[in-house]
Amino acid sequence: MGTNTVKKSNEGSLLMRITRNQLFIPLAALVLLLLFNLILDPSSFRITMDHNSAGNPVLSGFLINILDNGSELAILAIGMTLVTAASGGQDISVGAAIAISGSVLLRVLCGSNTRPDTLQAPIIVAFLVACVVAMLFGAFNGVLVAVFKIQPMVATLILYTAGRSIASWVNNNELPIIGEPSFGYFGNFIPGIPIPTPVFIAIACMILIWLVLKFTNLRLYTQSVGINENSSRLNGLNPTFIKILAFVILGLCVGVTGLIKVSRLSTINYGVIAKDIEMDAILAVALGGNALSGGKFNMAASVVGAYVIQCLTTTLYKFNVRSDALPAYKAVVVILLVVLSAPIVREKLSALTSKAGRKEAA
Amino acid sequence: MRKKFVGFLLCAAMTAVLLAGCGGGSDTKKETDAPAAATEGTKADEGTKAADGETQAAAPAASGEMIKIGIINNDTSESGYRVANDRDLREHFTEENGYEATFAYGKTNDEQVAAANKMIQDGVDYLAIAAANTSGWDSVLQDAKDAGIRVILYDRVIDADESFYAASIVSDMAKEGETAANWLKDQKLDAYNIIHLQGQMGSAAQVGRSEALINMADAEGWNIVTQQCADWNAETAQQIVQSVIDSGKDFNVIYAENDNMADGAVKALDKAGIKHGVGEKVVIMGFDCNTFALENVMNGTWNYDGQCNPYQAEMIDEVIKTLESGSEPAEKTIIMEEAGFDQSNVTQEVIDKFGI
Repeated sequence: MGTNTVKKSNEGSLLMRITRNQLFIPLAALVLLLLFNLILDPSSFRITMDHNSAGNPVLSGFLINILDNGSELAILAIGMTLVTAASGGQDISVGAAIAISGSVLLRVLCGSNTRPDTLQAPIIVAFLVACVVAMLFGAFNGVLVAVFKIQPMVATLILYTAGRSIASWVNNNELPIIGEPSFGYFGNFIPGIPIPTPVFIAIACMILIWLVLKFTNLRLYTQSVGINENSSRLNGLNPTFIKILAFVILGLCVGVTGLIKVSRLSTINYGVIAKDIEMDAILAVALGGNALSGGKFNMAASVVGAYVIQCLTTTLYKFNVRSDALPAYKAVVVILLVVLSAPIVREKLSALTSKAGRKEAA
Repeated sequence: MRKKFVGFLLCAAMTAVLLAGCGGGSDTKKETDAPAAATEGTKADEGTKAADGETQAAAPAASGEMIKIGIINNDTSESGYRVANDRDLREHFTEENGYEATFAYGKTNDEQVAAANKMIQDGVDYLAIAAANTSGWDSVLQDAKDAGIRVILYDRVIDADESFYAASIVSDMAKEGETAANWLKDQKLDAYNIIHLQGQMGSAAQVGRSEALINMADAEGWNIVTQQCADWNAETAQQIVQSVIDSGKDFNVIYAENDNMADGAVKALDKAGIKHGVGEKVVIMGFDCNTFALENVMNGTWNYDGQCNPYQAEMIDEVIKTLESGSEPAEKTIIMEEAGFDQSNVTQEVIDKFGI
């Protein structure tokens, strides 16, 4: 009898430990969504090897589609998590900044000719220039937030409003189209490799940020600035620098995303490229159970959150939800998930489960 | 709490100032930049323009002064269509042609109305408006009327009484759709399984182009496999088509309501190795006549492209000439001439002339 009770309480605490983990809600949501797909259409998870029109082998299927199209969001979620944690606010200019960096990228590649037969500069140079520009705009946001103490959402509203106009101005309102096939590799497939390239880029970004968080003090510093700016300053940190750094890192993520987005279509449309992606990125952070008011964060949870959102979008497309009703469905699911993963609700829930556990033990 | 609120107000005020400063900055940048592009354009085809200039310069010379026109347009970052539209207006309403033109751009009605009010105060002779939204123009139209300014609507209509404007120069989106649907019917495919990619819901282009296809599909018994809104966005269109391919549904027509969405759809087909174009499995249809789209039609990877004519400057000019001579235009609503192109009637000349 005695041993039985002990075992039970152990089970309770294990369950508690699992549900308390920040990764639990986004992972559970992902599994639920995938199960939903599996039940309604058992062929969902079939992955087939096809050949694309260039004759190269490519993998295709529902899961690959999610992994492929979710890459941009996952990369942005990394930067957005840092910005959220450090500044206690969000950057809503991400979509506009992607338009700018994509536009700069094309401008460098094309020069003044909008339909170049050969690229005017190596892709890597153009990419680096675009990244630097995106990071500069990130620094601009960061300075507004950290030095002038403007609310992040309001500060980034400036670029949100002006960004797409700046993007079209960079290319004199022209719409460059790149015919060079190798430029398309970054958003599609590298010949001979059947997995979409954006997946590799996303994984590379994840590994990079994991290494940075593991081997530098970035996590500690960001969190302490987010939790209490004054006490971290008294402890010798420079909150202004940390905040600007967070925005610059987000800028780098924007540069990488811009490359993928532009490469997918080998062209750009300033008005709609990466439209509303900032909202999805913020949602990914919220879904990951990170407090939007800053402080502690869990990077992995945000990234999983990004794939949950992509999974939801792809599912809705797949079941051909009526186009005008689509945002409403998305909103319902998102509200549910965000409420469930909000820190305050999770505390209440874990208090409940621990109470139940104790009762059972007694 | 109160402190926070005051802080927020301060922030808002600061940002408002910043926004105003920033907005002004980017506007002037554009203003200075775009005319440069326009003059380059005029220089390029100086031969033809010079002749134009001579004949037209005679008219204002007689009256001894320039015609002042305020042109309100949508932001050029909207699409290639808008870029072509803006370029056309800028190349046409120049000093050589006897016009003193002011340009303003706005993504929303608010910005456009503010610009219109300023132009009315500045005392322009004519006001040309491409409204971002159909409603909310009553006060502007009334003010213009009181000030004796004639209003010409172009590209987009406004919900207002006809007496408020001199003419409205628009594209007939429903007709564009019908032309396309009839073309599709004439192809006499064995089966019609259509993916329908819609533009931003509620916009005139979407309503007109969607209705024509839906009516034709009802009448002919065509099967619409998927009908989704892709918001004029190539990426969204690509994802939607990819989803349809993944779900294993069969389709042989893609009816995209603009070229960008058609382009996104084609990228998804290419990824899956599905053949498309003239004589292939999937028929690709787009709208707007972007240069790249017409080239695709010519080389056979797309089947059809419907025109949406952005070159309204000449018509506006004609209306103004009529009004200047003291008479009214014969028709209040002037509909732009628009064609549909497939491989049979696309030539390099067509691309050079109509490509945007």
